[in-house]
Amino acid sequence: MLANSSEHLKEERAVAEETAPGSTAPVLTVDNVTLQYKTREHLVTATYRVSFDVFGADRFVLLGPSGCGKSTLLKGIAGFMRPVEGEIRLDDHVVRRPGPDRMMVFQEFDQLLPWKTVLDNVIFPMRVSGKWGRSESRERALAAIAKVNLSKFCDLHPHMLSGGMKQRVAIARAMAMEPKVLLMDEPFAALDALTRRKMQEELLELWHDVRFTMLFVTHSIEEAIIVGSRILVLSPHPGQVRAELNAHQFGHSQQGGSEFQELHRTIHEMLFSERVEETPMKGEV
Amino acid sequence: MENAATTIADPPVRPEFIKEHKQVGDIGDVERPLSTWERFTSHTAVRRAFIIIVLAVAWELYARWVENPLMLPSFSTVFSALWEEIVVGPLIDRTITTIQVLLIGYSAGLALSTVLTTLAVSTRFGNDLLSTLTAMFNPLPAIALLPLALLWFGLGIPSLVFVIVHSVVWAVSLNTHTGFMSVSETQRMAGQNYGLRGIRYVVLLLIPAAFASILAGMKIGWAFAWRTLIAAELVFGVSSRSGGLGWYIFENRNQLLTANVFAGLLMVIIIGLLVESVIFRTIEARTVRKWGMQR
Repeated sequence: MLANSSEHLKEERAVAEETAPGSTAPVLTVDNVTLQYKTREHLVTATYRVSFDVFGADRFVLLGPSGCGKSTLLKGIAGFMRPVEGEIRLDDHVVRRPGPDRMMVFQEFDQLLPWKTVLDNVIFPMRVSGKWGRSESRERALAAIAKVNLSKFCDLHPHMLSGGMKQRVAIARAMAMEPKVLLMDEPFAALDALTRRKMQEELLELWHDVRFTMLFVTHSIEEAIIVGSRILVLSPHPGQVRAELNAHQFGHSQQGGSEFQELHRTIHEMLFSERVEETPMKGEV
Repeated sequence: MENAATTIADPPVRPEFIKEHKQVGDIGDVERPLSTWERFTSHTAVRRAFIIIVLAVAWELYARWVENPLMLPSFSTVFSALWEEIVVGPLIDRTITTIQVLLIGYSAGLALSTVLTTLAVSTRFGNDLLSTLTAMFNPLPAIALLPLALLWFGLGIPSLVFVIVHSVVWAVSLNTHTGFMSVSETQRMAGQNYGLRGIRYVVLLLIPAAFASILAGMKIGWAFAWRTLIAAELVFGVSSRSGGLGWYIFENRNQLLTANVFAGLLMVIIIGLLVESVIFRTIEARTVRKWGMQR
């Protein structure tokens, strides 16, 4: 049993080395992090002592039902919140404030700046960060927009785009910055089912092209298995790590397969068992 | 279940069909050019000009019926007086004087409210300061401060500028601050995510994001400033040789040149209309409308 698990670990490490050459140390380390936020009446503990490591070129998914603190966790990593306990480290530097090395794609469509065209929206953060010059930012922006197939729409303002197109601009904007880790907070949740599926496929294609490191938050088990290479399952109230699973072998084409279904069922049971415990409490109140 | 079955019967099972896509021919003329009349009336300027013409005609008819040029000169008399005062009279000079004072006061007011609102969004003390000051001074009519201003700054431009600044700064600050507060959380986070902080955050993110409210505040501020200035000038002329528009109106009333009084008032209206419909409308079209923040 022991031998088996260590062998498994070795195999995993080998896979990690293969996918991300030279990156045996994690890019992002979340170490025993407890996050709390205040509402008008309560102090809410969103996550309790959550730990995980994200390696280079990971498609790391935070999965859980609403209330498991996955979005709060992402905000903590982005630097919008300070952990009450524990540490978040990016390349061995402790995260203290928001910064362009952790570009974020939000769920809401209004994340693009309405007073800038698509092109300027992608250029803007590059200019603000001061990492690239004027003409270089422009070229990089054009390339990033071309990658998400929006070259024709460069000069439009965001209010003229559909929801899916806005999310693609947001992804292009984030990718052009070459962040150490790309944070995605349910980026496709507000899209219709057909567009969502298309966006998932495009995101995977983009990942195969560029091999960026991303942290993806979702509440859809299916999306987690398709998009993710590794899934962190969180249980709610407060958010705690339930499991960490591999899903790198699954894509859209395996969706009907028995292994896919098996993983789907495993995760579903993990989340469902929590919900059963929760129901009588609600009934009492 | 049984209840539902007794009240509403199952829908009938209907045959299925699939249609081929057909050429629609003549009716498929999806776009049709608008008629000349439709295009003509779709211009806001045309419709508004029509309203002005109707008002002018009504005025002319009523004045001719009353036949009392001292109390109510007809539109044509006023119009020719206006023309004459512009071409040979002092009206243009007076207007320029007024506008100069107005611009000084207005820009000083805008600058002050920029400082106040920037302070208000960056510190809690600034926020409290702005809220308290606006609550105290916004209801206070600027013209009520004129006696005090005269005492402090004497007769002349500084007093006028003082009351204009007072009338502009609270209206603009209030609107700008409300605008800043209502910038969406996502946009704020996006800005911080880029690494924007401090003054750059205000200038590059908050101001454009709140621009619709800021513009509304600027419009209100402009109207307040304009009104305050004309009223203040009615009380006293500018000390040096040439007074402003308000003084012009006051002078002509004293000499019972009613047509000139009306000409002065018309000038006030014309400038107000121009600023509103040319300057502010252009800014609107190039910013908030283009950005889809306002329809």
